[in-house]
Amino acid sequence: MQKTNRRHAIAGFAAGLMGFTALSGAAFAQQTTLSLFAPNDQAAVAYTEAMVAAFEAANPDINVEIEVGPGGTERDNMVKSRLATGTMNDVFVYNAGSLFQAINPVQSTVDLTNEPYMSTILDSFKQTVTAPDGTLRGVPYGQAMGGGILYNKKVYKDLGLSVPLTWDEFMANNTKIKEAGKAPVIQTFGDTWTSQLFILADFFNVQAKNPQFADMYTRGEAKYAATPAAMAGFQKQADVFKAGDLNEDFGAATLNDGLRMLAAGEGVHYPMLTFAVGTIAQDYPDQLNDVGFFALPGDDATINGTTVWMPTALYISAKTPNLDAAKKLVAFVASKEGGCDPWVKLNAITGPFLIQGCELPSNVPAAVKDLQTYFTADGRTAPALEFLSPVKGPSLENITVEVGSGIRTPADAATLYDEDVRKQAQQLGLPGW
Amino acid sequence: MKSRPSILISSAAIAATAVVFLIPFAFIVLMAFKDRQQSSLRDFSWPAGFHLWDNVVQVIATRNWMLVTAFVNSAILTVASVTLLVIFAAMVGFVLARRKTRFNGLIEFLILAGLMIPPAVVPTIWLLQGLGLFGKLHGLVLIEVAYGLSFSVLLYRAFISTIPRELDEAAIIDGARPLDVFFRVILPLLWPVTVTNIVVQSVAIFNDFTNPLYYLPGNGNATVQLTLYNFQSQFNTSYNLLFTNILLITIPPLLVFLFFNRQIVAGVTAGAVKG
Amino acid sequence: MTAASDTRLAPMAVPARLGARPSPYPGWFFLPAAVIYGVLFLMPTFASLYFSLTRWTLFDSTFIGFENFAQFFREPFLIKGLVNTVLYAVITSGLKVVLGMLLALLLTSHILARGYLRSVVFFPVLVSTVGVGITFTVLMHPTNGMINEGLALIGIKGPGWLTNPNLALFSVALVDVWKGVGLATVIYIAGIVAIPQDYYEAARIDGATKFQNFLYITLPLSRPATATVITLSFIGGLRTFDLIWAMTRGGPGFASDTVASVIYKQYQAGFYGLSTAGNVVLFVLIGVLVVPLTMLLNRKQGHE
Repeated sequence: MQKTNRRHAIAGFAAGLMGFTALSGAAFAQQTTLSLFAPNDQAAVAYTEAMVAAFEAANPDINVEIEVGPGGTERDNMVKSRLATGTMNDVFVYNAGSLFQAINPVQSTVDLTNEPYMSTILDSFKQTVTAPDGTLRGVPYGQAMGGGILYNKKVYKDLGLSVPLTWDEFMANNTKIKEAGKAPVIQTFGDTWTSQLFILADFFNVQAKNPQFADMYTRGEAKYAATPAAMAGFQKQADVFKAGDLNEDFGAATLNDGLRMLAAGEGVHYPMLTFAVGTIAQDYPDQLNDVGFFALPGDDATINGTTVWMPTALYISAKTPNLDAAKKLVAFVASKEGGCDPWVKLNAITGPFLIQGCELPSNVPAAVKDLQTYFTADGRTAPALEFLSPVKGPSLENITVEVGSGIRTPADAATLYDEDVRKQAQQLGLPGW
Repeated sequence: MKSRPSILISSAAIAATAVVFLIPFAFIVLMAFKDRQQSSLRDFSWPAGFHLWDNVVQVIATRNWMLVTAFVNSAILTVASVTLLVIFAAMVGFVLARRKTRFNGLIEFLILAGLMIPPAVVPTIWLLQGLGLFGKLHGLVLIEVAYGLSFSVLLYRAFISTIPRELDEAAIIDGARPLDVFFRVILPLLWPVTVTNIVVQSVAIFNDFTNPLYYLPGNGNATVQLTLYNFQSQFNTSYNLLFTNILLITIPPLLVFLFFNRQIVAGVTAGAVKG
Repeated sequence: MTAASDTRLAPMAVPARLGARPSPYPGWFFLPAAVIYGVLFLMPTFASLYFSLTRWTLFDSTFIGFENFAQFFREPFLIKGLVNTVLYAVITSGLKVVLGMLLALLLTSHILARGYLRSVVFFPVLVSTVGVGITFTVLMHPTNGMINEGLALIGIKGPGWLTNPNLALFSVALVDVWKGVGLATVIYIAGIVAIPQDYYEAARIDGATKFQNFLYITLPLSRPATATVITLSFIGGLRTFDLIWAMTRGGPGFASDTVASVIYKQYQAGFYGLSTAGNVVLFVLIGVLVVPLTMLLNRKQGHE
């Protein structure tokens, strides 16, 4: 009767709700849009939007939805979780090199080896997106970049400083800058990934002293704690903290804060990758040519060069339901029209392109001109370790924050990082660990 | 006992609580009214213009109306979970309070375990994947029910023990079947504690961040808390939008608070004072 | 609510009186809840005991014995997470007990605007933790956050609340207390209000001071409330994740990591076995600390 009906109604209501929850998931899955997981720095965002606009104009039946996500370990983790749980976007931008190896590329990404545009991509890049089974999986998303010190040329001119070729010269410059009332070295631990630059950019110097390091490291034979040249990076980070050369808010400042200080001349040295020049071009175009670049110096003035990063790459998720549309987007990004021209138009060039036929315009920013001098000379570049070895510990950026904040000594940090790397190597199932 | 309220202490209390408890909310509101430039200063200044509406529109439209999807998802999640919780927990609490079986000790232990033991997240993910429930909203509903049962059962058991058995017995003598006794006699009498349970669980599930983070990855399924968390990256230079988002997701609890304050307070003190 | 008829004054079992009728308290009423609880909560908990002993990729697992636990206790930042967790739980529950009691005393005494005060103190309990975390992260910015700018106005140079590694955990704990003290207050208020006035009357006749009232009447008779507040906030503190993650992600470095954030980080990095081992460690930690605590609190109450 009445009460029974009410009971049935409650049961029906609950069942209906459950059914609805299943439906709502299904309804949203029916879109034929492509979803793209893009980086969140200003330059990449501007490029992505311009590239997508051009792509959609040429392909009116495809709609690209851009999702912006963080960088650093957070991105690593988001990518890994999404791939592991089958919730990755159709196409996604992610690092090449060792981080690419760590996401199980054979299972997670689509094989692009036989695509026509692959022949126009430079070999040095193709190496970094080759899966363990020898297939190619990604196309470049951006340009190659150098890792070293971005510096404010104007302050250098005002204080009469010259580009340091050794670490001691660098520290001497810092002292003079501090006396002038500016922050010698900018650190931005609000974005933890930026704290790794001292270690990572120093690899040219490590490679110069220990040419076998990368191979031995992958085999588990070389350790940071036991290799003085490798530990130098941690030591450098500790040195600038100890000397009091950091900006006051280094603990909470973000990448954007750092670039603002650099462009304005409030801070003079910023260990960073040159992709950031693109962001300066977006946000502080008037100060763009006040910013220059030099390599992180070692001990020897005659052996001075920069560590080079390949750009991030665009991959197609193996589980995408929109394979054809995804392949069209990737082909566009691998072409001059989609992969080079938008960057040129935005004046956001940060290094050489990896696609044949893409020339750098003559009016590139000052920092990029500085970077080019390393490429044109012989033996002044070395690829970053993550492109020579599949092993990179997930906690490096936390460890470098500790070193850079004076919480942990360089020796401890190196030991800790070796442990961290060991976990990663074991999880990857590498022999010898 | 003073017969007159102390003006001094009262004013001090009002002022102190305003500074400590109200200023952060005032900050949120102020930031939501500013534009991008001014909000990046992160100070407590008065907004230069009235940008609230623009900010709200921009936040809601971000990433293809993701916030709207999120609100819908959170609403479905909350309503479905709470409905199931009320029914199932009341059933358990009822039999637990009325009938002495040898299982009662075990059940008490399991309830306490549910309050204390942290859920084993990775095994749960593995299990959900096996059952095909991972990353689905109805999977999360069942999870929220599983985690919320302990508190709800305790609530119901305590309250049912205050309903005289004579009522059950009278209904049985009248020829009522077990389900009838439960739904026609007991459940209506449980209305006060049900309202309390609904309110407390709704707030908890709406504000839940950890469980959707682990069990509902992927943006199509996002709940409001996850969306707020993800938008930190999206709005990394637009504090005005970020705080507008915070303001928007504070509205449902505010409404609940205005209408159901008494029930919440009753709910959380239930059993607390009686031990 | 009245603590009226207690099932311990058990009447006779119904079926025996009424003959061959099904019990009005059928066992199958337990079933839906039991299935959901058993499958989605108990099973993973048991599974975690096994998987914590493996290197796990969610698809296959290799048994490695106690290696995960050895690693957990070998890596300094994993141990720090353990220490931080206990520290955090002690600080937050301690502060909530003390401040909650003080606020409850204030709010049950003769002052104006009690309704406003109770609302204002309680509202943060209902607000999103992530929202609170983001708001306070901005307020606590070392140079242009409002808290330090306010301190600068009175001449104090505010510290790096979230950037100083020695302070970060404590700052998050303070925000936790800000958010949660309202709950403790409300529980205490209920406890205090339930104390019969006769006690206070008798004390007044005996000439007791307010402080003596508090010490000898209020405090002992709010033992149940204190027990509840301590237990709830201590367990909550041990399991804390949301606020830490929203405010510092366990940083700077690893300074504010707790076991829950360590579990999440290991999960994110794909070290599923290690993450599960962390879960087991947390489980054991809670068991070892909370069970004796509960027994202690309840036994004390028994003596009253």
